[in-house]
Amino acid sequence: MPATTMSKAERDQSHARVFDLSQQSLRELNQALHKLTPGSNETAWEVLNPKGSHSVAVGVDQPVSIDVRGSVGYYCAGMNDGAAITVHGSAGPGVGENMMSGSIVIKGDASQYAGATGRGGLLVIEGNASSRCGISMKGIDIVVHGNIGHMSAFMAQSGNLVVLGDAGDALGDSIYEARLFVRGKVESLGADCIAKEMRPEHIELLQGLLDKAGVTGVKASEFKRYGSARKLYNFNIDNADAY
Amino acid sequence: MCGIVGLFLKDKALEPKLGAMLSEMLVSLSDRGPDSAGIAIYGAPSKNEAKITIQSAKPERDFRGLDVELAKAIGAPVSLATKSTHAVIRTAPDKVDAAREALQTLRPDIRIMGAGEAVEIYKEVGLPEAVVDRFDVRSMTGTHGIGHTRMATESAVTTMGAHPFSTGADQCLVHNGSLSNHNNVRRELIRDGMTFETENDTEVAAAYLSNRMAHGKNLGEALEGTLSDLDGFFTFVVGTKNGFGVVRDPIACKPAVMAETDQYVAFGSEYRALTKLPGIDNARVWEPEPATVYFWEH
Repeated sequence: MPATTMSKAERDQSHARVFDLSQQSLRELNQALHKLTPGSNETAWEVLNPKGSHSVAVGVDQPVSIDVRGSVGYYCAGMNDGAAITVHGSAGPGVGENMMSGSIVIKGDASQYAGATGRGGLLVIEGNASSRCGISMKGIDIVVHGNIGHMSAFMAQSGNLVVLGDAGDALGDSIYEARLFVRGKVESLGADCIAKEMRPEHIELLQGLLDKAGVTGVKASEFKRYGSARKLYNFNIDNADAY
Repeated sequence: MCGIVGLFLKDKALEPKLGAMLSEMLVSLSDRGPDSAGIAIYGAPSKNEAKITIQSAKPERDFRGLDVELAKAIGAPVSLATKSTHAVIRTAPDKVDAAREALQTLRPDIRIMGAGEAVEIYKEVGLPEAVVDRFDVRSMTGTHGIGHTRMATESAVTTMGAHPFSTGADQCLVHNGSLSNHNNVRRELIRDGMTFETENDTEVAAAYLSNRMAHGKNLGEALEGTLSDLDGFFTFVVGTKNGFGVVRDPIACKPAVMAETDQYVAFGSEYRALTKLPGIDNARVWEPEPATVYFWEH
């Protein structure tokens, strides 16, 4: 194909800097990513043979795209600040932990505490997520196409968790101000988490998130909203049993 | 942390490679536990022969001439194959109890790692690589096996504190986690006639399962019982003569991942333990649910 007819994405892809973790070390990969400076031409990266390695592409702070071809271990894409990271496989515990901005897409499943403490950006899990998804989330948006496990959004403080499938036990335990949207059934709600009315502004917000996450054929009106009853914000002896 | 692995073969063609596959899985998890490592491998069970795996800190002193002395003591033929600090004694199945008793008198310093028709157990302090080399685990054949690399939390770093723990014929267990009520459960089990060799919490879990099975429960029911009777964090992987089971506590914070193909069922604390298995790219890979018993049998 002549270069002139390529889209920008294809051009980036064709110039992708390829890192093969069967030949090069994880430390080399992460150091190269950390050396990126604003305006760098190395905007597309491809990581081969991750084979469950830990800490792939952590701490990236430039708006580059990174395609990881295979499954990763713990803490992939942690602290991401601006990069668009796609894992073409599954992710182990702690994917996208403390993300600041940018996006992470997991084509397969994610293990425990996906998106924990995330402050911004978008985490999309196209398969299922395990327990404690979005634990202590602080502004991140998380969209899970499948199901999530127990204790998800535990102590969630802000941001949005969207689940197209079902949620496990104790959803939103001790939740503060995050919004949880679940399309399937919820096994049980945690302390201080209640079902809430879906007002027009929530439909609009949710539709925007579904669009951003590339979800089609699903209506925002199919979801229920859950959030904080705000009874545990301040200690009240009458609520002691609920903590 | 600890790292645990398990491999249950469905395809007989893989049996000659069991030791090599299990070793690879265990070595990949070395950084989860540098204190000790161990494996239990189930060979094809033989009806006419039982195996007793023994260990000694002074193998040259303890194993020399033991086969002759033991055969004389129990009045039945005995063979003995030494591998480093361990040895496997083979004798008639109905002579196992007599052999155990005779071993205590003949060689008071040796430890019995496990016994049964199928299982052999090798465990020592040190990294997995050193342990699998020392016992030449890679060359072993078998139908299924489990392995463990230990980061000690609840008891001493010793050979006996290494996993797997075997407390019944052909039964053994590896554990990632820590139990908080092991002292109470140990007392109850001792009252019911169980004996213990260590202060280790995992030995209590193994003995708990053996005890429940001795009371007529099957392995699946015994594993269900751990969910209500054992407190703490655990992922258990267990082996029996022809079975392989997995259970995680209801909180399930200890990591676990499983894979199944037409050829095998595999367990690893992390996915990277599974990456060299044949056909893994097309395997069904999933995270076992909390408080759920998974079990396969030949």
